[in-house]
Amino acid sequence: MNHPSYGKPKNRWPYFLLTYPAIMILLLFFVPLCIMFALSFFKRIQSAFFEPAFVFENYVRAFSTFFLQRIGVSLWVAAVAAFICLLIAFPFTFFLSRLRRSRQVPYLVLLISILSLSEVIIAFSWSLLLSKTSGISNLLVALKLLDAPVSWAPGFVAMLSALVYISLPLAIIVLYPSLSRLDVSLTEAATTLGASPIVSFFNVVLPNVRQALLTTFILVFIFVLGSYLIPQVLGRPEHWTLPVHITDQALLKSNMPLAAALAMLLLIASAGLSLLTLRLGRSQL
Amino acid sequence: MKRREFIKLAATTGVAAVTGLNLNFAQERSLKVGVYGGYFKDSFDANIFPKFTEDTGIKVESVAEPTGEAWIVQLETAAKAGQAPADVSMIAQGSMLRGMNSGLWAALDESKLSNLEFVREQLQNKDAEGKLIGVGAVSWYITLVSNTDVFPEAPTSWDELWKDHKNQLGLLALSSNSYLLEITAKTFFEGNATLDTEEGLNAVFAKLAEVKNNVQLWYRDEGQFQQALQAGEIPMGQYYHDVTGLAAADGFPVRSTFPKEGGVLDSGSWAVSRAVKKLDEAHEYINWFSQPSIQDLVARSVGTAPTVKREFLTLSEDEFAAVSSDIEPIIPHYALHLNRGDEISQRWSEEITG
Repeated sequence: MNHPSYGKPKNRWPYFLLTYPAIMILLLFFVPLCIMFALSFFKRIQSAFFEPAFVFENYVRAFSTFFLQRIGVSLWVAAVAAFICLLIAFPFTFFLSRLRRSRQVPYLVLLISILSLSEVIIAFSWSLLLSKTSGISNLLVALKLLDAPVSWAPGFVAMLSALVYISLPLAIIVLYPSLSRLDVSLTEAATTLGASPIVSFFNVVLPNVRQALLTTFILVFIFVLGSYLIPQVLGRPEHWTLPVHITDQALLKSNMPLAAALAMLLLIASAGLSLLTLRLGRSQL
Repeated sequence: MKRREFIKLAATTGVAAVTGLNLNFAQERSLKVGVYGGYFKDSFDANIFPKFTEDTGIKVESVAEPTGEAWIVQLETAAKAGQAPADVSMIAQGSMLRGMNSGLWAALDESKLSNLEFVREQLQNKDAEGKLIGVGAVSWYITLVSNTDVFPEAPTSWDELWKDHKNQLGLLALSSNSYLLEITAKTFFEGNATLDTEEGLNAVFAKLAEVKNNVQLWYRDEGQFQQALQAGEIPMGQYYHDVTGLAAADGFPVRSTFPKEGGVLDSGSWAVSRAVKKLDEAHEYINWFSQPSIQDLVARSVGTAPTVKREFLTLSEDEFAAVSSDIEPIIPHYALHLNRGDEISQRWSEEITG
């Protein structure tokens, strides 16, 4: 009697099916990336558009002090936002996953619905919330916590608040599966063996979810790094991230080659940092 | 009804049907016109395009253009492939020059534009060889705007921006759309000529850098500043004269003032991409739009300043004042932003907004 072999499929159909995602990745991701890469070496003609060429002048300008500082600001903003996001998301998700399942659902639905809001709506809502004329400082004045209403936007805290707000649901949804799989008996065992809740948290819970925390951090970091509307609306010029300047170059100055070179730089910086973080996380396990 | 009569009737209706069909085919002329999306496109769709169709029988399909330079990048890319996303587009002056240098625009035939004589000289865009490539469509002013609750007295000069107004100003974020270098040059120096010398440019940058502490918002999005201005959150700044007038008419406590140095006059021109096939209809449209009576209609219904000389218009004093001013305007130094734009905008980012 012939048993079906599990190692190799008999016909080529499954392989054929695999070509679909491969073609899609090629068409929708790889080809545009190659176009952008090629574009970043084109020659900018200041008073017109650009022409095909192989020059490095866009990268020379991209590596100027000004744009390097912008990259520094972007990486710093993304790291701070991702860190604050984790500080809120981790305990929230931890307690959420301990709830009865029927009570978890409404929270999860609410969080997912926040993800459906556009960045424009979120940015403008926060700028209203933090404004002097109609913002929450008026509430604090009414509660006698403040003497006079103040304007908190645009500013670093305003920008950071909106960035954390927009990425929080993402962080929770990524953390949720690994935290809800966390075996309760592990902490119970630790408690039985005499560990205080704090000790068991740091020695038992944290090591178990470290990889999930790192993954979430990187995901939020990259998500925030690509944001240009919130920094533009809620940040002051010194907080404008690289994507704000990429948009300016592409849409307002017709300088596609420089925009492409800056985008490549951002891509390399974020990919490099993500790989580094992942490697650090693995080596400590 | 007798048989013969029936045949006669059937024959005449048949002929009528056929000729009617022919007439319909003749009316199927159409034109795709690009105008800025949002308020502009809405006003043109409601007031201007239906009148054109009524006058000429040519149907208009309006296309929403993004602001900034995204549209000419799209036009240029499409033209390389022999395509045109619109037959006629409204193009800002800086983009007109950029398109001219890359050979994007089709030359227009002046013999088909009998109404060209009404359009102001400086709004007839010519290329290096003197060929006509664009005709002024609408003009708009950037003026000094203020919240009337916060400032009961209207400011009179652009130098108000330099006075004691810490964190009270909203200004446009880029050198190439705020024209603040030109404003500074006109207010404190010799005007645009100052910007042509290194020494003058340095002096203008240094003077403009003094307003930095007064600026609460460097805006790219108009809606963001308008909302803040209406609420009094950011009670002064530079903004568009037409939109501020509309907001004031809606009851918001805002005003637009033409400072004694003049408002900044910027314009859009009708231009045709080299890939456009419907050149006849395009000429017909541009010529129709250049009539003084249409310019009157545009000023009254869209609220922009006419591109036709004032003596040909029938606008009353009040109507003219609502869209324009007799004070000599500040004209943007387009060549500076185009030919030295990268250097200027880099300095701008470092010294003014940075």
